[in-house]
Amino acid sequence: MYNFFFHEVPEHLPFLLQGALVTIELSLISMALGMVLGFCVAVGRMAASRLVRWPLDAVVEVVRDTPLIVQLLLIYFALPEIGIVLNAFWAGIAGLTLNLAAYLSEVFRAAILAVDSGQRQAAVSLGMSRIAVYRRVIIPQAALASLPTLGGYFIALLKDCSLVSFISVNELLRHATIVISDTFDSMNTYIMVAIIYFIMSFASARVIRYIELRLTPSDRRQTISVPLTMDKEGAR
Amino acid sequence: MTGQSGEHRAESAPILTIRGLHKVFRGNPILKGVDLSLREGEIACLIGSSGAGKSTILRCINFLERPDAGEITVFGTPLCWQAGECVQIAPERTVQAARARMPMVFQHFNLFSHRTVMENVMEGQVVVLRRSKAEARARARDCLARVGLLDRSDFYPRQLSGGQQQRVAIARALAMSPSLILFDEPTSALDPELVQGVQSVIRDLSAEGMSMLIVTHEMRFVRSIAQTVHFCEGGRIAESAPVSEIFGSDAHERIRAFMEVTHG
Ligand SMILES: Nc1ncnc2c1ncn2[C@@H]1O[C@H](COP(=O)(O)OP(=O)(O)O)[C@@H](O)[C@H]1O
Ligand SMILES: [Mg+2]
Repeated sequence: MYNFFFHEVPEHLPFLLQGALVTIELSLISMALGMVLGFCVAVGRMAASRLVRWPLDAVVEVVRDTPLIVQLLLIYFALPEIGIVLNAFWAGIAGLTLNLAAYLSEVFRAAILAVDSGQRQAAVSLGMSRIAVYRRVIIPQAALASLPTLGGYFIALLKDCSLVSFISVNELLRHATIVISDTFDSMNTYIMVAIIYFIMSFASARVIRYIELRLTPSDRRQTISVPLTMDKEGAR
Repeated sequence: MTGQSGEHRAESAPILTIRGLHKVFRGNPILKGVDLSLREGEIACLIGSSGAGKSTILRCINFLERPDAGEITVFGTPLCWQAGECVQIAPERTVQAARARMPMVFQHFNLFSHRTVMENVMEGQVVVLRRSKAEARARARDCLARVGLLDRSDFYPRQLSGGQQQRVAIARALAMSPSLILFDEPTSALDPELVQGVQSVIRDLSAEGMSMLIVTHEMRFVRSIAQTVHFCEGGRIAESAPVSEIFGSDAHERIRAFMEVTHG
């Protein structure tokens, strides 16, 4: 019979939490980099020049049409063949970032295009530079519009981080595997892992919701009611 | 009356000169050689049927559209000019500086929806004119008071009526301390009972000597405010005349015919 009351596992809890910390690091760094890269790609894909647009479109398409795990394996095992060597952690970051950026570029592009063009023109007609129009009018509104979706993507990312255990990054799932090889108690360990993932996702959802409320102009606070938790829309 | 003040200002130098302006949209020539000029302190109305190209003229002056040929000079600075076959465009910085001196008021107000009324009126001052926040706020209060909306400073645009939004848009333009304001059908999107409020704000500006170029369909408004009327037809300014001549005599058949057809 299984012993559902973890008298073996809590001993390993600090080790699992150590892994969870790495998962959080991976998510936060990839999210930050992915947002920056995704935004640049979004702007690039709206550029006038086909020389800029087409290569970006192609890369985004390839990234979206191949599994993340394959991308991670390629980055970690195949890139060294052409002289690009990343350690496991940064290979993980690279893969997660690339993947996220491809999806976010679509989100950002849609959000940017959704900003009322009349307001853009009003800003231009006041003499604002192109950069000022982006900074003062487009980005604040596009950011607000994409925030709920971003939240969904962040939670998906948090869970996707488990895939980098395949390239030996010492994150939560890999630490769990190590614990199991030691205790042979897969049931309790995986339950523990599930609980930790749940807490991380749930807490993130709350934080995102809070940020969203803070950034919403007071005249619309009551109108936003996007459920963030367990939002499957962000998932691939 | 306004007609007389137009005459005594007639000596002042032109602040806007357009010559041979052309604009093509997807192979369709829309503007086919527009000539127009405006003197300092002059109030000119641009009339003509829908689709005649009135908005396009304003948008070219403000450089929201890039002219395909012709010359535009504002405040003595050329924004575009003809060099042989090609049209030369002034550097982006020059264009931006010119825009800041001739902001535009749009048919659909186009207020920044993520900013309050006060922030809307401060925005251009802070970002473009680099005024300090305190200075911009003081000026914004002044402008909002002039359009009668100081008490709405902390509202968001969507909390205001169309007429109020348009008055905020006028305050936003006015806050730039402009030399010229461009109006594109400022009252066309408003419910009839809100038109008066906006028109009277514009009339107040005229009393202060603000130069304005106004696209409008409201003939009574034209009559009460304009010194000059330009009639736009077939991608050109078909006729230009002082307002007194148009409403006073049998001359300018085409403008009168247009007015009779559209406005009884
Ligand atoms: N961005 C654009 N692309 C294509 N056609 C346009 C564009 N802007 C205006 N047009 C066309 O130019 C013509 C004149 O438009 P407009 O200047 O808005 O007229 P008006 O303001 O006098 O009603 C219309 O036929 C319109 O369809
Ligand atoms: Mg128009």
